[in-house]
Amino acid sequence: MVKLNINGAQHSIDVDPEMPLLWAIRDTVGLTGTKFGCGRALCGACTVHVDGQPIRSCVTPVGQAAGKAITTIEGLDSDVARSVQSAWEELDVVQCGYCQSGQIMSAAALLVRTPAPSDADIDAAMSGNICRCATYVRIRAAIKHAAHAIAKGA
Amino acid sequence: MDTVNQARRAFLKKSVTAGAGFTLAVYLPRLAADRAGPGKTVTSTIGAAGFEPNAFVRIGADNTVTVIVKHLEMGQGTYTGLPTLVAEELDAAWSQVQVEGAPADAARYNNLLWGPVQGTGGSTAMANSFEQMRNAGAAAREMLVNAAAEQWQVAADAITVREGVVAHQATGRSATFGELAEPAARQPVPTEVFLKDPSEFRLIGKVLPRKDSGAKTRGQATYTQDVKLPGMLTAVVAHSPRFGGKVKAFDDSKTRRVKGVVDVVAIPSGVAVLAEHYWAAHQGRDALTVEWDDAGAFKLGSEEILAQYKALADSPGAPARREGDAGQALAVAAQTLRAEYVFPYLAHAAMEPMNCVIRLGADRCEVYNGEQLHTADQVAVAKVVGLKPEQVSINMLYAGGSFGRRANPQSDYVVEAASIAKAIQGRAPVKLVWSREDDTRGGYYRPLYYHRLAAGLDRTGNIIAWQHRLVGQSIIMNTPFAGMIKDGIDPTSVEGAANLPYAIPNLTVDLHTPEIGVPVQWWRSVGSTHTAFAVETFLDEIAAKVGRDPVAYRHALLTDHPRHAGVLALAAERSGWGAPLPKGRGRGIAVHESFNSYVAQAAEVTVNDDRTFTVDRVVIAVDCGIAVNPDVVRAQMEGGMGYGLSAALSGRITLQEGRVEQSNFHDYTVLRIDQMPEVEVHIVNSDAAPTGVGEPATPVIAPAVANALAAATGQRFYELPLSLSA
Repeated sequence: MVKLNINGAQHSIDVDPEMPLLWAIRDTVGLTGTKFGCGRALCGACTVHVDGQPIRSCVTPVGQAAGKAITTIEGLDSDVARSVQSAWEELDVVQCGYCQSGQIMSAAALLVRTPAPSDADIDAAMSGNICRCATYVRIRAAIKHAAHAIAKGA
Repeated sequence: MDTVNQARRAFLKKSVTAGAGFTLAVYLPRLAADRAGPGKTVTSTIGAAGFEPNAFVRIGADNTVTVIVKHLEMGQGTYTGLPTLVAEELDAAWSQVQVEGAPADAARYNNLLWGPVQGTGGSTAMANSFEQMRNAGAAAREMLVNAAAEQWQVAADAITVREGVVAHQATGRSATFGELAEPAARQPVPTEVFLKDPSEFRLIGKVLPRKDSGAKTRGQATYTQDVKLPGMLTAVVAHSPRFGGKVKAFDDSKTRRVKGVVDVVAIPSGVAVLAEHYWAAHQGRDALTVEWDDAGAFKLGSEEILAQYKALADSPGAPARREGDAGQALAVAAQTLRAEYVFPYLAHAAMEPMNCVIRLGADRCEVYNGEQLHTADQVAVAKVVGLKPEQVSINMLYAGGSFGRRANPQSDYVVEAASIAKAIQGRAPVKLVWSREDDTRGGYYRPLYYHRLAAGLDRTGNIIAWQHRLVGQSIIMNTPFAGMIKDGIDPTSVEGAANLPYAIPNLTVDLHTPEIGVPVQWWRSVGSTHTAFAVETFLDEIAAKVGRDPVAYRHALLTDHPRHAGVLALAAERSGWGAPLPKGRGRGIAVHESFNSYVAQAAEVTVNDDRTFTVDRVVIAVDCGIAVNPDVVRAQMEGGMGYGLSAALSGRITLQEGRVEQSNFHDYTVLRIDQMPEVEVHIVNSDAAPTGVGEPATPVIAPAVANALAAATGQRFYELPLSLSA
């Protein structure tokens, strides 16, 4: 049994501890907002937060996440994260949308670390997240938009 | 006050048929053809769900307006643009509009530009829906108004509709759509409707928020990957490492010992491992030993294919266009330029790897898919499982990208899922999941192409002769779309070359269509992915050779093509064309029409000392007729350009002895945020009927960047992806 704390809820699941966290979240727990894109930490679609840090759940053994606070897109509720999601909606960032959970998880983690990111900060934090629709112009704009909103206390 | 001024409304007969544009000759069973027909499109039903005046609109007693969209939402904005058309004519409030994907039913939901076939592609969603969806909204509106007139005992033409409220000014009465849904359903369905004059548009041409932003921003949108049916098994398939290879034998003893693995079955495309979840299926496949029979497999590499193509190009191909006498004109030309171009295979690499869910029952089969080619998939699944096409229902879900891949004329991955469901006799619903490696190596690539061009110039530097020869596989040969091939020409192979817009008196375009065993398919913007590069870089090279400005040189050749000239001028002006750039930087331009939309792009690049380069800024001008939602148009220009830039910078699938060498995003690298240039989009103001925007930005960027690099360095580029010489 592996004990997981996902979005504040406890789950005891009977899986191989080597199973990637992604599949525990998606197939066992049944939260599907976190996406499968590459299985090798190359695209970022599976990004979740473990103890506040963005990680690629497709290469993280579920055993390593046991007992830690896991946050998925469904559980985002900090002011920073909400600002990111609002900015994403306001700028209509999404196209196909498949990568966007991962993009938002990476962006929210960036803004916690770096409240006023430069373009270089954004490149560094976001270049692990691929978007094949190439919504990058809007991702960049939405991160800055959210940063301004947070700074203004909105 | 909003009175219905019918005099200002363009009268339009209801009979909207597939007359516009070309009709694909698609050889599909009687499925669609028998059931489609005039006079069947409008029905009204009363149900608990509310008022359904036709196949595209449902108005609920709860005041919701549900628009049924027949086209796949794969990011391009159909779930926003098409409902806008209905809401416009219905005078609904955008906030009350919700969207539902249409079922597979070609009688009601065929693509009007494709004939009796339901599907999404060729940037046709808006173009073929523009009148149909407005008609649907207008019919619903008329029935609501007539219901109100009857209830209130007032004249219908004194009733106004605005933002979802039906009102009669003189008596002060008003009602919501929801309140009128039931009486409206009893009204006769109009046989003719009046559509608004564009000057009356309130929603079309405005920036309305996307209908899918909220769900996609919260992880709540359902893709095929997210479907979970009771008792469902996840299937992973071991495929032959070579196209056309067959299973000779396999040993699944270790696989069956993997916890969670439920079954292992042989299917025509390989060996399927079924498990309780993906990870077990994946582990099970890793434990599988398969011996492949490569007798009929494709065993060549990209180099051998290219060598064959070059040899083919030594002789004339099937003529796609011939004007004047290009051979004679070349012989007398004062100056001759020649160039050859090589384009690699390309994978689509959508973020959501291919997948499909199938639930097979005794007399019906349900498909869950990011469905792009309903009719072909319905027929193909029916054939596999032994049912009639109408017994196959399809749930069209959001697609995590496609770029053409999910519109597979052979229904490849859908048939694979159906084959697994059949192999286990429908004992459980099956979710087929391809890994990224499966997706990258699974074929159906943009074909490898080889082009050879020659131009003859007169003494003043004007082009008097143009010869363009193309060699590459046909996407549609041996598919249901093969009827499009005429006189040896697959129009999708030569689009962008055969319809060269430049005024050149002596011109030939010809085509060789070799048949080889690499599966190929349309890839965002199809033939233009290679033709635009060859034409626009060659023309640029000619202009430079004769010392002319590339923009002015193009304009002189585009006098009969005002829409090309319009976007070219706009992109040039907004890019600051002609203003000097510092050393090491360059500016280049390209213009191209695809799918009846016109796009010009001006790119600025910086070349670094180590011979790397960055694309700094791209200015895009687009003429797509009426921009139904200008922000969606901008998004498609940004993203379509980015998709093309990805291929221009690093897209290349190569084969070695028949094996695909790439497997995942580390060796099939794609554009990342740090490579994305600044983008400006300028939309030409137009009252022409809208044309598509999903694809036309894609083919223009590679030649624009190549021309910018040439301006900066003097080097010309004859191959994609682009590479600066040392």
